[in-house]
Amino acid sequence: MGAIGQNEILFLAQGLKWTLLLSIIGFVGGGVFGLGIALARTSERSALRKTAAGYISVFQGTPLLMQLFVVYYGIALLGVSIEAWMAVAIAFTLHASAFLGEIWRGGIQAIPKGQTEAANALGLHYLSRMKDVVLPQAFKVSLPATIGFLVQLIKGTSLAAIVGFIELARAGQIVSNQTYRPLLIFGIVGAIYFTICWPLSLYGARLENRMAKAAR
Amino acid sequence: MLHAADTQSPLLSMEAVDKWYGAFHALKNINLTVRKGEKIVLCGPSGSGKSTLIRCINALEKIEKGTIMVEGTKLDDSGKSIDAVRREVGMVFQSFNLFPHMTILENCTLAPMRVRGTGKAEAEKIARKYLERVRILDQADKFPAQLSGGQQQRVAIARALCMEPKAMLFDEPTSALDPEMVKEVLDTMIGLARDGMTMICVTHEMGFARQVADRVIFMASGEIIEEAPPETFFRNPSHPRTQAFLGEILAHH
Ligand SMILES: Nc1ncnc2c1ncn2[C@@H]1O[C@H](COP(=O)(O)OP(=O)(O)OP(=O)(O)O)[C@@H](O)[C@H]1O
Ligand SMILES: [Mg+2]
Repeated sequence: MGAIGQNEILFLAQGLKWTLLLSIIGFVGGGVFGLGIALARTSERSALRKTAAGYISVFQGTPLLMQLFVVYYGIALLGVSIEAWMAVAIAFTLHASAFLGEIWRGGIQAIPKGQTEAANALGLHYLSRMKDVVLPQAFKVSLPATIGFLVQLIKGTSLAAIVGFIELARAGQIVSNQTYRPLLIFGIVGAIYFTICWPLSLYGARLENRMAKAAR
Repeated sequence: MLHAADTQSPLLSMEAVDKWYGAFHALKNINLTVRKGEKIVLCGPSGSGKSTLIRCINALEKIEKGTIMVEGTKLDDSGKSIDAVRREVGMVFQSFNLFPHMTILENCTLAPMRVRGTGKAEAEKIARKYLERVRILDQADKFPAQLSGGQQQRVAIARALCMEPKAMLFDEPTSALDPEMVKEVLDTMIGLARDGMTMICVTHEMGFARQVADRVIFMASGEIIEEAPPETFFRNPSHPRTQAFLGEILAHH
């Protein structure tokens, strides 16, 4: 068995950095595009609604692993050479935008019709109606589900290993192979994931509880 | 009595208006003219089309046939005509529909700032003026959920007034209120009427109708059945359906 020294720890830290970066990119990119998807999904134009619905069902109906493959090799097939982390970031952004779009669609539709009608009666246009009236309320009701998805996304970044990307889980595997101490290494890796995800889950659950109580 | 309506050209008119929800004929050949300063009370049984009628006036519902004119603007599908009409017409809903995530003051400043492009300081000045007028200025920094139903409805009235509309539509503004709060809202509306606001009110508050209305309109099954000044309407209704309706309403009050 090999010793676990500074090198191994640094290697894991490097993996952790990529896991966090990938999660942030996926979440921010997915958030921006997801907002577009949610707005399209609740649009008055049926063509937009249908396109968004199709997009959502494709990404919700296929494994994330497959989406990673398709983007990674698909981009290569187009003759464009990009780095692995870019391909992975694109795949995660697309994936997250579909899920966040669907979560926020639900939030938008949960806002009582009277809110939109009052805004309309005051003469507010679509942009202000959404930005000032509907979305702030929709995000609030969607927050627990949004946090739940963020946790899934963070854990889901481990799948990026499949296209050769060294994030936390893959880094753990490599270190474990070098040191022959899989239990210890994966114990550490698991503890890191847990430390990131558990507080988020807890926060989401708290919010949900508080909202349920406020609704009563 | 307040019969201050002047006799100029109409502020608002509906001519041969028909509206369908799918196959359901919700409004049938509606003709209605409202002059500046006039107060109209609209009543009728549930499902008779009262809400539908006033919601057509500010284009919350689309009509299939006929013409609606507001201050010289003919309402069509164009966003421009809808904008023009909504700038002149304020609306108060049964369920208040205040924006729950904004303070009372923010509720009142949003539309002037976004629609009229009024600056924040000026919008707040206007908001304070109308909040004062509905006697609720001391609650300006609270959120809607912290107010009673009657207070919320008065804020909703102030919010509509902040756009300085020429006419106000009320859709059963006191129906969702506890009985002890009805009066404060009606008093606010009476004050508004005294100041000369043009008003169309869907309400079953017959005391309010007697005191404020220039005309009472009775609707049933999507049609205007009868239209008369309140004295005539209550003492001497001509149509049997009006008589039956009034019999029921007055028995309940
Ligand atoms: N969006 C809609 N789709 C289909 N039917 C509708 C819709 N809105 C209203 N209706 C129908 O149109 C008719 C008139 O409705 P409206 O709300 O105008 O009646 P109302 O006179 O305001 O009744 P109430 O006193 O109960 O408020 C009712 O039969 C109602 O079921
Ligand atoms: Mg109604």
